[in-house]
Amino acid sequence: MMHKKSLISITDYSKDDYLRIMDLAADFEANPNQDLLKGTVIASLFFEPSTRTRLSFESAINRLGGRIVGFTDSSSSSVTKGETLHDTIRMAANYTDLIVMRHPLEGSARYASQIAGVPVINAGDGANQHPTQTLLDLYSIKKTQGKLDDINIFLVGDLKYGRTVHSLLQALSVFKNPIFNFVSPPELSMPIEYKRYLDSKGIKYFEHREFTDIISAADIIYMTRVQKERFTDPMEYEKVKNIYILRNKMLQNTKETMRILHPLPRVNEIHPDVDSNPKAYYFEQARNGIYTRQAIISLILGLIK
Amino acid sequence: MDKELQVSAIKDGTVIDHIPSNRLFDVINILQLFKGDEMITFGTNLDSKRMGKKAIIKVENRFFQGEEIDKIALIAPHAKLNTIKNYQVVEKRVVEIPEQIISIVKCFNPKCITNHESITTHFDVISENPIELKCRFCEKITTEKEVRIR
Repeated sequence: MMHKKSLISITDYSKDDYLRIMDLAADFEANPNQDLLKGTVIASLFFEPSTRTRLSFESAINRLGGRIVGFTDSSSSSVTKGETLHDTIRMAANYTDLIVMRHPLEGSARYASQIAGVPVINAGDGANQHPTQTLLDLYSIKKTQGKLDDINIFLVGDLKYGRTVHSLLQALSVFKNPIFNFVSPPELSMPIEYKRYLDSKGIKYFEHREFTDIISAADIIYMTRVQKERFTDPMEYEKVKNIYILRNKMLQNTKETMRILHPLPRVNEIHPDVDSNPKAYYFEQARNGIYTRQAIISLILGLIK
Repeated sequence: MDKELQVSAIKDGTVIDHIPSNRLFDVINILQLFKGDEMITFGTNLDSKRMGKKAIIKVENRFFQGEEIDKIALIAPHAKLNTIKNYQVVEKRVVEIPEQIISIVKCFNPKCITNHESITTHFDVISENPIELKCRFCEKITTEKEVRIR
């Protein structure tokens, strides 16, 4: 199903694809070091710096015996000589079996997939999509909750610009009876098109302006950063900046099975006193990214049916 | 009345009717009617039962098709095109917004790759009234008031 198919947007793949990736990620978690990618060369083209995503991809590939060529930011590529994205991609496609790319411009990965001739995995295109993050989020939810149906999820922080929450909303919407709770300042509310999307599918959602006892119903709390630069009025930021901080004492009445996710990096939105709580799952979540990416790469390259 | 018809009637060509008054010059621009030497007459702020005020353009010896009609549809979604042959209306067409818009429109998103490299833009029409175009590259939605012709 996914063989030779680029992964640019989370909606490129079906529910069956998601489930196949989840199953395979569990296999890789049990056995992460294999020679599956021996003889395979993968381009890792990071046109803007990224630590977490790049290291996760490179670790996933290295553990499967694959080779990586590429650059870690565009200053060490021909982009500084004025080379177009078109030419960089055509060149990299000649040398490799698969391209993993991150680029600051939105739509760049879709464009690359149209001209490359080899599959492309989008590792983030500006504020648009970051589908492997979404798949590792799904894997983390499945692993901690044992299911992807009937999930009550709280999405907290910047719901307007945060690409991870938009993609996760779309991905969870293909499963049965999700309930979405949005917690954000008015300036950073979930955009109308996503609420319309949920309405069209008859999916329940609720909007809140602050944390309250309502989080006792949560299966997952998905935290994101509220960034100062998103506010036109700095006073508005000052007013809300402490409202969206999760602290350990707030977790007292939450479910035993509830887990806290965060795409990282965090700044101050999760207080360090949460880190030692067994409900904190964000570092394990990041580790899950390796297995999920191993699964995605293996399926796209047709190494596993 | 007869005198007015004498001035504006054309022998062969196209009459574009039911253009919103405020988009008259946009239609002239996108069709590049200011180039060439065909006779063109236009009127604006004409009374219209349906639209309140409307504009109309009469172009001699020009017959529009394909991409040109798609462009008119994006700017004047309710426009009508009357084809004139030997002073007679031989065909009446209502413009239709196609399901996909290729190459004509610029993506409103300044961070879209199509605004940075030489790429043919491609939009899916997700709503006709009001017009909403979803970019196949950056996935952002360009609304009717943001539509700019390339």
